Amino acid sequence: MRILVLVKRVPATGGRIALTDDGRAIDTRFLGFVVSPHEECAVEEAVRFIEANGGESVVMTLGPAEAADQLRDALAIGVDRAVLLETDGSDWDPMATSAALTDAIRRLEAADGPFDLILVGNESADSGGYQVGIRVAVALDRPVVSGIKALEIDGRVARARRQVSGGWDVFELPLPAVVGVREGINLPRYPSVPGRLRAKKKEIDTSSPERAAGGGPTLDHLKLPVEQEAQVEILGNGPEAAPRVVEVLREIGVL
Amino acid sequence: MSGILVVVETAGGTVDRLSAEALGFAAGLAKASGGDLDAVVVAGGEEAASAESVAAGLGGYGIATTHLVTGEGLAAYAPAAWAAGIGAVVADGSYDAIVAPGSDRATEVVAQVAARMGQPMAANVVSAEPGGSWRITRQRWAGSLLEDAVLDGAPRFLTVAPHAVAAAEPVAGAQATVARVTAPLTDADLRARVVGRDMSAGAGVSLADAKVVVGGGRGMGSAEAFAMLDELAAALGAAVGVSRVATSLGWRPHTQQIGQTGTRIAPDLYIACGISGAIQHIVGAKAAKRILVINTDPEAPIFRRAAYAVIGDVHAVVPAITAEVKRAKGTG
Repeated sequence: MRILVLVKRVPATGGRIALTDDGRAIDTRFLGFVVSPHEECAVEEAVRFIEANGGESVVMTLGPAEAADQLRDALAIGVDRAVLLETDGSDWDPMATSAALTDAIRRLEAADGPFDLILVGNESADSGGYQVGIRVAVALDRPVVSGIKALEIDGRVARARRQVSGGWDVFELPLPAVVGVREGINLPRYPSVPGRLRAKKKEIDTSSPERAAGGGPTLDHLKLPVEQEAQVEILGNGPEAAPRVVEVLREIGVL
Repeated sequence: MSGILVVVETAGGTVDRLSAEALGFAAGLAKASGGDLDAVVVAGGEEAASAESVAAGLGGYGIATTHLVTGEGLAAYAPAAWAAGIGAVVADGSYDAIVAPGSDRATEVVAQVAARMGQPMAANVVSAEPGGSWRITRQRWAGSLLEDAVLDGAPRFLTVAPHAVAAAEPVAGAQATVARVTAPLTDADLRARVVGRDMSAGAGVSLADAKVVVGGGRGMGSAEAFAMLDELAAALGAAVGVSRVATSLGWRPHTQQIGQTGTRIAPDLYIACGISGAIQHIVGAKAAKRILVINTDPEAPIFRRAAYAVIGDVHAVVPAITAEVKRAKGTG
């Protein structure tokens, strides 16, 4: 079994997001960076499959040179190889991103054979385009399903579950396939110290792709939403507030 | 090229809520651009029968023509089959823009249509100005940040951010012309498909649809403490939700997580217990009409979003409220 995971480096935003002066990016001077949460779970899922069934896992990202840190995070928990498609760190639209990833997948597959499974995050935490994995799947002519929170492989068939109102849709798709996963599919492990040391020594396959033109949407600038601060009514302190709470529940019609 | 095409999904035989929002959004675009407003409905999956009855009724939302996609391969939901059907409607080039609800299904389907046609798509749009190049505003970070962008494309594809725009109210009586389209399916379009639905794990009130949600976070202190939230939720007929901390500590299953990487809720009332209000959590509760906060710390960020608050320890306050609710209902 060969599994490829596509990940994205994103800032770990805390309580409030601040923007750069030109309004085209998040001010990340005081922020750390992580693998986008859905993709962190995709990495964990790949490592578990390979641990259970044998084979090879590869992690790939498109991003600035510093994104090597996130690739090493994946190597540290057990991914075998890492591939960096290095950019200048500017905002690539989803079409340009998926075109570069697709080219790289073709190159990797030509060298080492096809991937049975390509795992992606359902959407990146930052730009939230909801489409890169789907565009890669269409370009490679592979079946794809998104939003998956449970996945099993049975021979050459993937069985995948997506939460719907009141239950789960159960999908089947033949391998090779692309699956977009969501947080909750597993609880990712923390890397061990030996894992981190091992990851540090590994070489990262690095190249610089051409950015395809003519995609979109094209970022003009970012802005913070205007928040309407609610006027909070304090109903009381401690358990003595309970009768007043029930009065309010009646007033607003939920009781 | 001057029309807007809306992708409409149904639930239980009627236009679902996100589709009503997409219809309202698209009607605004059609008015601004002076173009036609049409819809596409796929008659397939568990909603095959209702899709037929909904198609003509979309006239009430200002739809001139509803393209009703039918086909033998549409018995079970298959993303690529839906994409092939909608792609057949879009292929004649008469639409400027394809507008879809921001649901799991519609998002993956229009992304596939856009990918097949090599055209751009913007997810979670909250406003758009039609013109030569469209100027749009879309959500990033699940809505804690907005992006102003330019969206071109022939056609351009966009999904409407859930609960960010008003749902359209239908006018009774108006009928749309129904144009039947047979989906040109290949075997490849049916590779990924739904083979069953499992309702066993979904017992109780669905979080996304609940009118009242009782939520708990780090302040609950332990997995055991959530039993008091279950009890309050049962008394109110509410669903239980949790913050990301509560799932990453293993206190509660991820299916109950509210927030950017969990479920987005839209209840009339959200009772947030021991939750400080990190932005990743708040964006998941943005569409709640009112928030009642129960927290010891009046400086917690969640108070800025609250309509009501009780200052105090959840472990004492929640059982007191549950007892009072039961008394009020005559069941305590």
